[in-house]
Amino acid sequence: MTAIHQAVADPSAMNGHETTAPKPHRTKEREKRRSWLLTVGIWVTLIYFVVPLLWLAVSSTKDNGDLFTTFGLGPGHSFQFFHNVAQLFSFQDGIYSRWLINTLIYSLGGALGATLLATMCGYALAKYKFRGSRVVFNAILVSIMVPLTALAIPTYLLFAATNLTDSPWAVILPSLVSPFGVYLMRVYAADAVDDSLLEAARIDGAGEFRIFTTIVLRLLGPGIVTVLLFQLVATWNNYFLPLIMLNNPNLFPVTVGLAQWQSTAAAGGGAQVLFSTVLTGSFVSVIPLMIAFVFLQRYWRSGLATGGVKG
Amino acid sequence: MTDAAPRRAAPAISMKPQRRRSRANAVQTRAAWALVIPFLLVFAAFLIVPLGYAAYLSMFTSKLVGGHVFSGLTNYSQALHDPNFWAGLRRVALFLVIQVPIMLGASIFFALALDSGRVRGGNAVRLLMFLPYAIPGVVATLMWGYLYGTNFGLITQIFQHLGLTAPNLLSSGNILGSTMNIVCWEFVGYNMIVLYAALRSIPAEIYEAAEVDGAGQWRIALSIKLPALRPAILLSVIFSIIGSFQLFNEPNLLFNISPNTVGTAFTPNLYAYNLAFRNQETNYAAAIAFLLGLVIVIVSSVVQTVTNRKERRA
Repeated sequence: MTAIHQAVADPSAMNGHETTAPKPHRTKEREKRRSWLLTVGIWVTLIYFVVPLLWLAVSSTKDNGDLFTTFGLGPGHSFQFFHNVAQLFSFQDGIYSRWLINTLIYSLGGALGATLLATMCGYALAKYKFRGSRVVFNAILVSIMVPLTALAIPTYLLFAATNLTDSPWAVILPSLVSPFGVYLMRVYAADAVDDSLLEAARIDGAGEFRIFTTIVLRLLGPGIVTVLLFQLVATWNNYFLPLIMLNNPNLFPVTVGLAQWQSTAAAGGGAQVLFSTVLTGSFVSVIPLMIAFVFLQRYWRSGLATGGVKG
Repeated sequence: MTDAAPRRAAPAISMKPQRRRSRANAVQTRAAWALVIPFLLVFAAFLIVPLGYAAYLSMFTSKLVGGHVFSGLTNYSQALHDPNFWAGLRRVALFLVIQVPIMLGASIFFALALDSGRVRGGNAVRLLMFLPYAIPGVVATLMWGYLYGTNFGLITQIFQHLGLTAPNLLSSGNILGSTMNIVCWEFVGYNMIVLYAALRSIPAEIYEAAEVDGAGQWRIALSIKLPALRPAILLSVIFSIIGSFQLFNEPNLLFNISPNTVGTAFTPNLYAYNLAFRNQETNYAAAIAFLLGLVIVIVSSVVQTVTNRKERRA
């Protein structure tokens, strides 16, 4: 756990939030010194990151025949994107749109709940002195190490014993626990909430609950957004937990559903028509996330600097 | 605000008699627990209790005759002699030793390059490199699986265009490398953003002082930026260790494409999954999951202790 304490103790790793934003260390003069070699080199390596996504986008415009016969990054003989999308949303009685809605419900429910719990707990650990707080915080720090997927099978076994599997709760409830979120909020609250401000509000007669809802939540804004985004991505991308918890295809999130289609397609047996559906389904499912990332990128950066850490 | 508040607060506190102070403390303690307890409840229900239950299950063996029988540590000693478990563990260890340095090295390089401000279109580069992190691991694996594939894989097509024979990226010799590539593709940009954020929080004065002292860009990168990145890098390493050991999504999906090269015990996690859901060996799966968690905690703690000791010596 010492590494985590160390990150907390190191101010350079955590003073990223907006109130004490670091001064930009680039002078105008420095801005002008571009290196052509570095620029070309970096843009060339960017091909590696972008081409797979480009390939996915191009593939979603092809029918099955063209997928096998035309060059991967070139156009097909006909533009089939809209046909593919129509096929995607009507396949198996339009189960794909159900999967999208399920993913939205699971990730929003899990992320909002986890963020609220982590914010309350992290703030209390940072700003109240009470007996037991050290024990609680240390327990949370240790649990960051517990591997989530190694935890998934035990959680499944417990849920199976209590007949809770195969329901939306089986996916949402376990994702409410975010020890890392608590850690991040504690670090963030220690800096962002001024003790004297709390003391002043108490003298003015504000109750602890009112202080939390009216003052603290506002001050913690950027930290809350970071934890929320982090949890959203984690639950949106979750595959292992819903895979083992759910049997009913109507409850699947997109990830599990697509994986199932893909295994059917790969198993072959006249199911080749599925390839273009799987690829179009993959492409459609990542569009919302990519758009969200483009717009929310700056929140990530300011929030991630807080912990100086990787999620 | 920060000036006014203490001045107002100070006399009020000193005038309070001791009894009122302690009542105020009681109120605050109650408030603190009210804020902490909701989290602790889900923490207990979905982390502590499942772990305890798995530990309990791992001590039993299910027999055709007689049902569940207490068997102590038998499952654990079976796991320690299980070649499948060890092979999986060796595979993820190899993965860790090769993939993590490559991934973090690339992330550090890109973060330093972008932070130096010498790359034209740096903002666009950062965003495009970060984009793969938005792609769910399932979709990324599915996509790369097709790119690798011999049917209509892009890589095969390019090799054929050049008149070369394409390597079989899904063969048993190449599958681990192919998996490493997928994980690299997903996480280089993410780690780069984290490190970049840490670099941006280095105060400007340090650079100015270094330049006055005549330090060049390379010197600044080596003597100021890399040491400042230490805590962020260490945490990336820890999280990468955890991630590597619990590798599941990628091999499980590649299994669909080429079942024979991946097999059912490619990684310890995949093995535990297949034990629990294909073979119905729940008790043994619980023991494997528990052992895996133990290995992860030990390895991460060792890495932290070693790096901390080095730091203290330096």
